[in-house]
Amino acid sequence: MIDIWNIVDIALFAAMLRMATPLVLAAIGGVFTERAGVINIGLEGMMMLGAFWGVATSHWTGSPWLGMIVGMIVGGLAALVHAFLSIKYNANQIVSALGINILALGLTPYLSAMIWGSRGASAAVTGLPRWEIPLIRDIPVLSEFLGPHSPTVFLMVIIVIAAHLILFKTRWGLHIRATGEFTKAAATAGVNIQRTRYICVVISGVLAGLAGVHLALGHLAMFSWGMTGGRGFIALAVMIFGNWRPYRAIAAGLLFGFVDALQIRLQGIGVPVQFPQMLPYLITIAVLAGVMGRARPPSDIGKPYD
Amino acid sequence: MITTPTSAEKKVVGRSIVWLMLSPVIKIWPELAAIVAAFLVGAIILVVTGHQIGETFAYLFRGAFGSRLAIGFTLTRTVPLIFTGLAFSIAFKCGLFNIGAEGQLQVGAFAAAWVGFALPPLPPLIHISLALLAAAIAGGLWVLVPALLKAKRGVHEVVTTMMLAHVGILLTRYLVFGPFKAPGWIPHTPRIAASAELARIMPPTQLSTGIFIALACALILYWFLWKTSIGYGIRAAGLNPHAAETGGVSVTRSIVVALVISGALAGLGGAGEILGVFRRFVEGFSPGWGWDGIAVGLLGRLHPVGVILSAFLFGALRTGGMAVARATPVPLDIVVVLQAMVILFIAAPKLMKILKRRGEKE
Amino acid sequence: MTEDKRAPTVEMVEITKRFPGVLANDRVNFSVTQGEIHGLLGENGAGKSVLMSILYGLYRPDSGQIYLHGAPVQINNPAKAIGLKIGMVHQHFMLIPNMTVAENVVLGFEPPGLVLRSRDISSRVAQFAAAAKIKIDPNAMIEALPLGTRQRVEILKILYRQADVLILDEPTSVLTPQGIDDLFTSLRALRDQGKTIIFIAHKLKEILSICDRATVLRRGKTIGTVEISRTDENELTEMMIGSKMVPTRRAKKASNGKLILQGEEITAINDRGVVALTGASFQLHAGEILGIAGIEGNGQTELVEVLTGLRRPTSGKIMLNGVDLAGISPKAALDHGVRHIPEDRHQRGIVLDFSVMENLILGDHEQPLFKGFLSQLKYRFIRRFVDQRIDEFQIQTPNRETVTRSLSGGNQQRVVVARIFNRELTLVIAAQPTRGLDVKAAEYVRRKLIELSDQGVAVLLVSADLDEVMALSDRIIVIFNGKLTATSDRPTRRELGLLMLGETKDRS
Repeated sequence: MIDIWNIVDIALFAAMLRMATPLVLAAIGGVFTERAGVINIGLEGMMMLGAFWGVATSHWTGSPWLGMIVGMIVGGLAALVHAFLSIKYNANQIVSALGINILALGLTPYLSAMIWGSRGASAAVTGLPRWEIPLIRDIPVLSEFLGPHSPTVFLMVIIVIAAHLILFKTRWGLHIRATGEFTKAAATAGVNIQRTRYICVVISGVLAGLAGVHLALGHLAMFSWGMTGGRGFIALAVMIFGNWRPYRAIAAGLLFGFVDALQIRLQGIGVPVQFPQMLPYLITIAVLAGVMGRARPPSDIGKPYD
Repeated sequence: MITTPTSAEKKVVGRSIVWLMLSPVIKIWPELAAIVAAFLVGAIILVVTGHQIGETFAYLFRGAFGSRLAIGFTLTRTVPLIFTGLAFSIAFKCGLFNIGAEGQLQVGAFAAAWVGFALPPLPPLIHISLALLAAAIAGGLWVLVPALLKAKRGVHEVVTTMMLAHVGILLTRYLVFGPFKAPGWIPHTPRIAASAELARIMPPTQLSTGIFIALACALILYWFLWKTSIGYGIRAAGLNPHAAETGGVSVTRSIVVALVISGALAGLGGAGEILGVFRRFVEGFSPGWGWDGIAVGLLGRLHPVGVILSAFLFGALRTGGMAVARATPVPLDIVVVLQAMVILFIAAPKLMKILKRRGEKE
Repeated sequence: MTEDKRAPTVEMVEITKRFPGVLANDRVNFSVTQGEIHGLLGENGAGKSVLMSILYGLYRPDSGQIYLHGAPVQINNPAKAIGLKIGMVHQHFMLIPNMTVAENVVLGFEPPGLVLRSRDISSRVAQFAAAAKIKIDPNAMIEALPLGTRQRVEILKILYRQADVLILDEPTSVLTPQGIDDLFTSLRALRDQGKTIIFIAHKLKEILSICDRATVLRRGKTIGTVEISRTDENELTEMMIGSKMVPTRRAKKASNGKLILQGEEITAINDRGVVALTGASFQLHAGEILGIAGIEGNGQTELVEVLTGLRRPTSGKIMLNGVDLAGISPKAALDHGVRHIPEDRHQRGIVLDFSVMENLILGDHEQPLFKGFLSQLKYRFIRRFVDQRIDEFQIQTPNRETVTRSLSGGNQQRVVVARIFNRELTLVIAAQPTRGLDVKAAEYVRRKLIELSDQGVAVLLVSADLDEVMALSDRIIVIFNGKLTATSDRPTRRELGLLMLGETKDRS
């Protein structure tokens, strides 16, 4: 008989937090671009590129922090390509983002083979340090839950709060929301649609890149082929389940992160992992179908505007 | 009144003859330009990473077309790409993005495998037909929920087909690791009955009669889309749903029909691999044929003939890429990069139009 | 100050704007002075909205110059217009439904500083509204507000942007009579504060009661500017409607044909959920052309959609030869012999990227005539058939495979008209059939409609072109505000004009 407390313990919740981090980060990126009216299903690829370049940078310089910055920049650059094609050249937003995904899928193992001689995995590199929160270090359960974690975990929490504040408490957030909701109204009120969209798409790439960095440098300290494992797509699910709102996205991300953490545990005791893995996808479809709650995407999403 | 042609008129006539000769090239100019541009970027990447361009491209070409064997391997890889390219195309013809073909392919493949190994040996024609039918039904059913959600509630099919693709992949993974796993280390199902196998036609390559099924599907799809009233309605709904509706076309019906056929085609693509190549459902048998179908369809301009050609191109790229990886230090993944670049270059019609205008000036 | 007063606040000189197939503004001159309410009057399609969209930077004119306080300006986008203190209330409100009043008002014009405190902006907006004497709850969500209130938000929004010139595009169309009075009170107050107001309308009464001066446009041209105190309805009607060359006279027939179509108390709502058609009843006989006259947006679109199966009526009956068509599918309507010339050719009429051949069979592609075994289209027959059609209807196209997009508007409409004759028909619904066509093409379409009625087909002609309706129709019904009003046997232009403008019959 399986003792449930062998599976569900405080470490599981700590793992949940770690697993949720990339999902939430990329989902926040998704919230930004979609709130500005641009679909970005290229989060997966941007995440992968961020993970790769983060590891490569740490490999070359020995500095995981520099790796983090480079990972974010590369994610942002990949997003810039998507923005450029879809905003400037009216490319189909789905197609250009798919192109980014495939590019990442090809480029990362190609370069991995160049650098480390293996397209499957990089060498071990210096990862990000583990941080603890000083004040709660001595509180038994809480300290175990909240640390030690990669700095990206704490950064994620800060970014969620910042994203909420930006979107709902600043003039620029108002512009973003107006652009995705009713582009023409925003334009007639004097909002610069192109600039808003460019910036938001790039932000999504930067955050997806950071999500990749978390996986590669915060979690494993290496890059392996396909290590994002569809998390960029689950991030879209998190975004939808979170109804395009940062705080709800973190809740959804924690739920899916919990599922992710749980399935690793269950794997250990021989339970089929595929069903819990399906959950985020099934929940998203249920939400979109209106069976579970109701998701309402920004109205003018996916429409080019000139 | 008879006049002799002026020199200007002669020039016009001369020019139009040149145009006439060039017109097939000019018609597919954006696609050619995208391929050329993709190869240019690929060349740059090769140079930057310290590889020989000439040598690499020579191996690529020789690996794909250099021998009877090479062509056989290329054709083997063309087959699933024709199916998934067609799957993407028919949905897009109705204005819909089925980007979940990979999931439909996997469930279709599993259904075909199951019919192959679970049923007692039957006359080959019947056994194969049943397996194909099961694959088509499984693939079609897999896209039914997104189709209905799109038709009835307007839920964007991109997200739903993509999410269900992952569910399909996970489901078949569960089945092949779990209840239907054949004894042994490797996660695969029992072998299908000999009566369900598609015959190999170019041994030692794994090219099977599946290629004829793929070509037949392309032909039938062409006939369906361009020669029947239902296909006509689907194309009308894709180009202008309002006018289609006014003309008595049921747009909702067109959406469901187009998506279900799309899923069925992807499912058949899976069946072709199982019955023709692997002879059992093997975990990870698909290197992502479903995702590649998007590029194949786009490059093939959603036309069955174009899909066949671009499936051949992508099949050749993959085969050539493997030869490159064997013979040189260049990893196989360069072909994936090339594929991505093709997509990015054909993604932006405005960008290609600019290139086209420049091309026509020359 | 006096200098400013003499130079017009806004002066638009020789503005020309051409859209594909339509000359929307043809060397239009327009000027307003500070502190007046200036009416911009004209039928739909006269070019009023286009002219004002040019002033607001939404369109760029092909030629012409705009002066502001005597200085030439270039207005490339709305942001520029806002900077020049020009504001516009669009007919379709530019408000974001799931944001609050305050957020909408300040959008693009927020108080300085990074942080946007919602309490801060709502108190700001509340204060501003109070000062402007506009009653509004700044924290209400737009989607929860009735249309009249949303309009107040729009006005507040442009005032908040410190606009001196206010453009209102048909502002009364969403208001109740009480709401109109309130609007007029606030507009007068604004004028007295020195604001300049441009009031786009097609309702004479309103122009007469609120405006100081009015400029009349007709078919993209300026007809003239008048002082309201020195004019009357008669003069304005004459200016608006004018007298044009009558296109095609025909001998009126007595309506003694068989009863084909009978609408009984048809009621329908539009896409925005507002009642657009209230208890419409009418009869149409074989061989008769029944004209529906009216200014656009009074329920014509919904009437046509209901009759062709594109919209389900909320109540009422549509009896066609004794069968009720209410709520049937477009395909069923086609199968009952109802043919349709849609008002928007590009949206509903044709598939632009289809070939001429494909468009010529749209709507009949499921017919045994064209469809054979296994739903296969009989292309060998279709090609012959289509070539014949192209010949017969003189469709100017290189060949039948040509993409319809590359045809001129007139030839595209010929495709739509030619299609009508594909199979047996009992009723044609022709909605704005000659819109955007040149004289020759328009004449052709009209001749075809007459031909149809001579063959015993019932024709319902819906047109904003009064001359067309008068020239072709055996009987005329005027539609106003979703209501149908029958006219006398031979109505005069003036009688129709006034009915179209919502005047009651006995007043004329």
